[in-house]
Amino acid sequence: MRLGSTFALSLRSLSRNKMRSFLTMLGIIIGVAAVIAMVSIGQGAKAAIEARISALGSNLIIIFPGTRTRGGVRTGWGSTITLTASDARAIEREIPGVYMAAPSVRTGAQVVFGNQNWFTAVYGTIPAYQIVREWNLAEGRYFNDQELAGGAKVAVLGKSVVDNLFAGVSPLGQIIRIKRMPFRVVGVLAPKGRSGWGRDRDDSVWIPLTTMQRKIMGITHVTHMSVAAVDGQVLPQVEQGINQLLRARHRIPTGKENDFSVRNVADIAEAASASSRVMTLLLAGIASVSLIVGGIGIMNIMLVSVTERTREIGIRLAVGARGKDIRLQFLVEAVVLSLVGGFIGMVMGVVASRLISILAGWPTLISSDSIVLALAFSAAVGIFFGFYPASKAAGLDPVQALRYE
Amino acid sequence: MGREPGSQSGEDIIRVEDLHRTYTLGEEQVFALRGISFSIRRGEMLAIMGVSGSGKSTLLNILGCLDRPSRGRYLLDGVDVSQLSKDALAAIRNLKIGFVFQSFNLLPRTSALENVELPLLYSNMPAWQSRRRSEEALAMVGLQARKRHHPSQLSGGEQQRVAIARALVNDPVLLLTDEPTGNLDSKTSIEIMNILVGLNREQGRTIILVTHERDISRFASRAILIKDGTIIENGAGR
Repeated sequence: MRLGSTFALSLRSLSRNKMRSFLTMLGIIIGVAAVIAMVSIGQGAKAAIEARISALGSNLIIIFPGTRTRGGVRTGWGSTITLTASDARAIEREIPGVYMAAPSVRTGAQVVFGNQNWFTAVYGTIPAYQIVREWNLAEGRYFNDQELAGGAKVAVLGKSVVDNLFAGVSPLGQIIRIKRMPFRVVGVLAPKGRSGWGRDRDDSVWIPLTTMQRKIMGITHVTHMSVAAVDGQVLPQVEQGINQLLRARHRIPTGKENDFSVRNVADIAEAASASSRVMTLLLAGIASVSLIVGGIGIMNIMLVSVTERTREIGIRLAVGARGKDIRLQFLVEAVVLSLVGGFIGMVMGVVASRLISILAGWPTLISSDSIVLALAFSAAVGIFFGFYPASKAAGLDPVQALRYE
Repeated sequence: MGREPGSQSGEDIIRVEDLHRTYTLGEEQVFALRGISFSIRRGEMLAIMGVSGSGKSTLLNILGCLDRPSRGRYLLDGVDVSQLSKDALAAIRNLKIGFVFQSFNLLPRTSALENVELPLLYSNMPAWQSRRRSEEALAMVGLQARKRHHPSQLSGGEQQRVAIARALVNDPVLLLTDEPTGNLDSKTSIEIMNILVGLNREQGRTIILVTHERDISRFASRAILIKDGTIIENGAGR
């Protein structure tokens, strides 16, 4: 029997039981739609993370405090207090290829203006930070070196902080309170949006490092250091130079591990996209379970169909159908069910991912890979779960089948 | 115009030698056929008679290549088909045998024309050719006007005529009819028998007529009577 007529035949037998065929397909429809929508969310998140990380600039190196061991006890990342502002100055001065190095201290604090208050991230930095991290000013100015040296109580605000504290009032020149200390607002930064990790980067306040260290935190170390290399080419040498210099300055004996860690943006992007890849796989894996459940539904209905149509099978065998003709007929029916379901599911998956990005505001990305994969998987499900019922039909004895009531 | 079996110039279309068929039903062995031998010449119309349980259905299944004998030889059109594979038997059914059943066995919700076309679907004939052949076969039984009707829209006699057209569409060497009038009233039965007799006399079709009714067996040129899996009478028909 030709494949074309087998195909036409299967379409006809499926259309005889429209409701049943549709309900059988529903499992596959939901499965494929779920796979496509989930993968589009995962890939959208990945693309957004990658775009934002690469917007940080490819020649940025960030130094974090590392672990330390005291009396055999190892503390976690970021717990050392050995990183200082003079380390940053030494890096800028002594390592060739370094454009600027900006130390910073971050803390969370309640910021008050008039009767409004807002909890936000407060950074103590130096003026170079604005250049290294590529922040533009929306209005006013950044604090300068004199203010840094003098520990002046001046602040530069992010857009979100302005929105939350100053309703219709220009913030420039106003006095805000950070940990009950008055600060004069000298500038507002242009918005940057969310970071690759979903944090609102405009929800921040910047003050001079010295003010932060002496008056707010009472510390002498820094918690981060942002280093801009002159270009992306020299990054490996700069990283190596930082390692050697900081080991020497922190007097770390050979064989002991660093009390700081040096990351460049490419490393961070790598780690972030690896974790979103895992998330995509996880989502796709969960969604495929429903595809398999849909396949079991197909197998169930095909088994019922074979029993119901035993007499038809007997008639076909009597007029000369071979077992493989019967098998092909039922297999094609199962594959048509799963492929038509897969196609409807694909359309619904695309629509669903659009809706998710419109309604929930999540970035989604539909790749042709995920569509091809979902369709191929649904065809495979049809073949796999259709094979047993089809073989059962093919193995029927013509005499018994003809006698079946 | 009764034809004597011996007057046929044709060779044997069927030769059966010492056919046995044994089934196992649970613990028990059932001897459905215990050594049956006979032959049918081309152009004969043979009645196989017997009460239910006599083994005539088993014999019909073997003659129709739906089943294989446990022992013995079955030559159909010069080929020993007694030990062929399932697929080879399917090909023989497709090319050489036409079935007419008591319960018509038409596909429901399928037009008369498509029912007639069914055997050709499995013979790799081009679609236009199988369509034309099916129309001709339907015309032969006088139903070309009802080709779009489904079995449920046809009377019993019409359904059986569709079944006869389906049996003829592949131009088989043997037409096997199993109680073809069993579900029909006596008037329609005679119509159907007249069609079969006409096919036998005018086209020289070889027909086997399995029946338990004496009246029907009289249409055949020869009758074989089966009891307890053996032939107890082989001789005169109409």
